[in-house]
Amino acid sequence: MKLSIPRFWRERASHYRLVGSRCKSCGKISYPPKPVCPYCGHRETEEVELPRRGRVLSYTVIYTVPDGFRKYAPLILGLVELENGVRVVAPLTDVMPHEVRTGMKVEAVLRRVQEDGEHGVIYYGVKFRPSMEY
Amino acid sequence: MTRPESKTGIVGWGAYVPRYRLKAEEVVRVWGFEKSMPQNLFIIEKAVGGPDEDALTIGWEAARNALMRAQVDPAEIKAVFFGTESKPYAVKPSATVIAEALGITPVTMASDLEFACRAGSEGLRASIGLVSSGMMKYAMAIGSDTAQANPGDVLEFTASSGAAAFIVGPREESVAYFEGSYTYVTDTPDFWRRGLSPYPLHGEGFTGEPAYFHHIISAVKGLFEELGLGPEDFDYAVFHQPNGKFPLRVGKKLGFPKEKVMPGLVTPWIGNTYNGSAFIGLAKVLDQARPGQRILVAPFGSGAGSDAYSLVVTDKIEEKKPLAPTVEDYIRRKIYIDYSLYSRFRGIIRRITA
Repeated sequence: MKLSIPRFWRERASHYRLVGSRCKSCGKISYPPKPVCPYCGHRETEEVELPRRGRVLSYTVIYTVPDGFRKYAPLILGLVELENGVRVVAPLTDVMPHEVRTGMKVEAVLRRVQEDGEHGVIYYGVKFRPSMEY
Repeated sequence: MTRPESKTGIVGWGAYVPRYRLKAEEVVRVWGFEKSMPQNLFIIEKAVGGPDEDALTIGWEAARNALMRAQVDPAEIKAVFFGTESKPYAVKPSATVIAEALGITPVTMASDLEFACRAGSEGLRASIGLVSSGMMKYAMAIGSDTAQANPGDVLEFTASSGAAAFIVGPREESVAYFEGSYTYVTDTPDFWRRGLSPYPLHGEGFTGEPAYFHHIISAVKGLFEELGLGPEDFDYAVFHQPNGKFPLRVGKKLGFPKEKVMPGLVTPWIGNTYNGSAFIGLAKVLDQARPGQRILVAPFGSGAGSDAYSLVVTDKIEEKKPLAPTVEDYIRRKIYIDYSLYSRFRGIIRRITA
């Protein structure tokens, strides 16, 4: 399953830095960023960097993975509510299926998300792991 | 004459160690080594990067921690040097991805450096030069690796994953300023990896005395002579750490008691993170150092060369310490895996796709 290199490149700010969009009319924030506000339909949005910490609202564990993902299996996909209330769907990492739980505090990190075989592009993106307390 | 180094210092430091650990006794069990081997090397366990981690992602987290401590505008960092010997791509810089992900791009230098385990340190010296010359206010040097070792080779006990990063800036903003730096390199065939080889090899007769000890001792003595300092003037000494024993032995040869080397020793608990090795040791010392203390740091890279730096801690360090996780926080965060999972995580088991 190959990704589009140009598309990933265009979207790198949201993949690398949790950049979302804020509607200039209603002020609601979307992630991934959208050129049109999905809440009010306004066509002017601005980029905004989202908080890196949040908590897991829900998750699912995927054992039957797509081609190229066996090395990461099982995949754990999380619905994460960030500190500002914005909800993000993203992979969870550094956590085993028996450790993950609803309400778990998590933080965004940069990890390998996918690669085009042995010779193609490596795609990096945001995943969430249990928060470091310090 | 004022040394150019003294105009600069470290304004932010950060480290990262992955969560997974492989006990040295697992390598003994799988490859039929003598049980005394881990003790002989002074290695208890090593850090293993997860399946979605590589030198780039590991370096990113160390760099992010350094930025959190430095509290500078990322766009003001005008150079990112990424030292590694485990680049995810042979050709395509990792430094640009890290710089992009941290908001440092586009007006910056960015490059990946190679000199075995001291590539990141070459980046640190270059950063000092760029900042002290006035070409830029801040520069970043990262040392990061997912170290390779031939399965069943003695290197496999220690080769591990981790990183540390330092942001160099003006002395008056620094948590520790540089007093001087000194580099010593020669052509020495102690350790190498050819272009398409998955694992490095080492020239047995060269690995200890002619490589590690000769170069570190020469660099440190050169620095002592230039600065008119000796081991008694330093509170901490951090060396490259291929195993737990070598740094203690080189410290002894240079006149440092064990007590000055132990605070920066990390290899027995996380392994040799190659470019991260001495850098993580320095990060751990900064995590605990007090204003006025003097630190010696001497990374080493095969091939071979060593740099020696003298740093003096300033009173700004206390306010920066709590802004990011410490090395000790990462060392404590661990989960053990067996040799099978380690092999899978580090790509030792090769799958093919139809």
